[in-house]
Amino acid sequence: MTIQDIQEEIVEEFSMFDDWMQRYEYMIELGKSLPIIDDKYKTDDNSIKGCQSKVWVHAELSDEKLNFTADSDAIITKGIIAILIRAFSGQHPKDIIDADTSFIDDIGLKEHLSPTRANGLVSMIKQLKMYAIAYQTQLN
Amino acid sequence: MMFDVQKIREDFPILKRTINGKPLVYFDNAATSQTPQVVIDTIIDYYSNYNANIHRGVHTLSQEATDAYETARIKIQHHFNAKHSHEIILTSGTTHGINIVATGFTGFLSTGDEVIVSALEHHSNIVPWQMLCERTGAILKVIPMNEDGELLMDRYDSLLSDRTKLVFVNHISNALGTINPIKEIIDKAHAAGAAVLIDGAQSCPHIKPDMQALDVDFYVVSAHKLCGPTGVGMLYGKEKWLNQLPPYQGGGEMIDQVTFEKTTYAGLPHKFEAGTPNICGGIAFGAALDYMNAIGFDSIAAYEHELLEYGTSKLLEIEGLKIYGTAANKTSVISFNLENIHPYDVGTIVDKLGIAVRTGHHCAQPIMDFYKIPGTIRASFSFYNTKEEIDMLVDAIKKAQMMLG
Repeated sequence: MTIQDIQEEIVEEFSMFDDWMQRYEYMIELGKSLPIIDDKYKTDDNSIKGCQSKVWVHAELSDEKLNFTADSDAIITKGIIAILIRAFSGQHPKDIIDADTSFIDDIGLKEHLSPTRANGLVSMIKQLKMYAIAYQTQLN
Repeated sequence: MMFDVQKIREDFPILKRTINGKPLVYFDNAATSQTPQVVIDTIIDYYSNYNANIHRGVHTLSQEATDAYETARIKIQHHFNAKHSHEIILTSGTTHGINIVATGFTGFLSTGDEVIVSALEHHSNIVPWQMLCERTGAILKVIPMNEDGELLMDRYDSLLSDRTKLVFVNHISNALGTINPIKEIIDKAHAAGAAVLIDGAQSCPHIKPDMQALDVDFYVVSAHKLCGPTGVGMLYGKEKWLNQLPPYQGGGEMIDQVTFEKTTYAGLPHKFEAGTPNICGGIAFGAALDYMNAIGFDSIAAYEHELLEYGTSKLLEIEGLKIYGTAANKTSVISFNLENIHPYDVGTIVDKLGIAVRTGHHCAQPIMDFYKIPGTIRASFSFYNTKEEIDMLVDAIKKAQMMLG
């Protein structure tokens, strides 16, 4: 599936809920399925700045596809990063670089998108794309 | 006067707001207080009727603005019981006041001198002193605290020596609400020959400190913590200190004579007020003090203490909730965490329920390191809050615990 397809799938899943509590509960559920980063990668270099909670992300390239693992000490943050990773993991770096992330709006998490929010969703997206740019350079 | 919280709430238009469809419960008062209509009206009146630059125009508007600004300075002087109105420097806020003093002391310190801060400080009362120490070679010493968040005064005694030149302590801790024994701190510092700056950002909304009775050398506050606007505050300094300190910024207003060879500085307070000040803010600061004094600080403190006791007992009924900062003498701030749940998660959920609390390290990372936690949830109550609102917070915390646990 393309990033676009996965995003549409996520939006559809979230559309089943009619209030914010259910959406958050689902996001917390998704956080539990997050591919957890190996402890050895939980370093300062792999942590994302600008979050009130700690977030670590690691990326590995295999067969020209990027795979992400991550973790956070806050469960909602874990849910947010799980959603992003589900959309981006297993994709070609170039597709990740080009990906539009406005689907976050459509799943009712718009308030997390503001760059002034301390949760760092914007920083997370930036970090994932930075990994993609770095690996894309290797592929070129 | 009877303390009628419902009547007081009518003074604050923002309290009628809804957040996510729920009535706003504002418990982030330690970050900034809300603004009563009378202060908002003062701001509107200034810009509608007598907006002009001060201290230089001969025209009517400038005279009116100057009078109002200087009247505000006198109100502030009386409120804090300073000996002279020129000991009141109007600043952009607490941080600005601290930096005027920290920068000004650069020439007075040398290698081996010591300055003392407390373990309870806000970053704004740590970093300027660290920078001062870097510039001068002075050494920064820290008064440690106990598990309750109280300063260890015997350790303070042993830190003081003839090398101590300055002591900086907050009157009330923003993260934990501890009220520090500042009179004792000041007297002991003076006995050792050191000057003292007290950060009053968190105390000024709750108590009315008396500069002369405290015999403090410097005291700094922000107007926005006590129902005034942001961007204005006070640096109180004893006349003898303010005369010795060099100006912080150069510019208009702070000069006496300027030639290209030499400039002589204006007298107090203008020496520290370079450039056009926050005129409207200063006037509104005065209006905010009038408003709070009309209610009365004794009534405010008594009511807030009632809220603190009620909130503490209600929150402690929640299983797995731990309060940080259990000093015997504290103000209406409750910092807490739920067992095994990140404060950020709780803050996110209670915001959805219309409740504004602060989460994070509260710009006091050393305190969080002391307790080995990433941060806390902080609910800080003001005199316009109610017990019903505390009940709503408790319900919201329980809901968050259910979702996140």
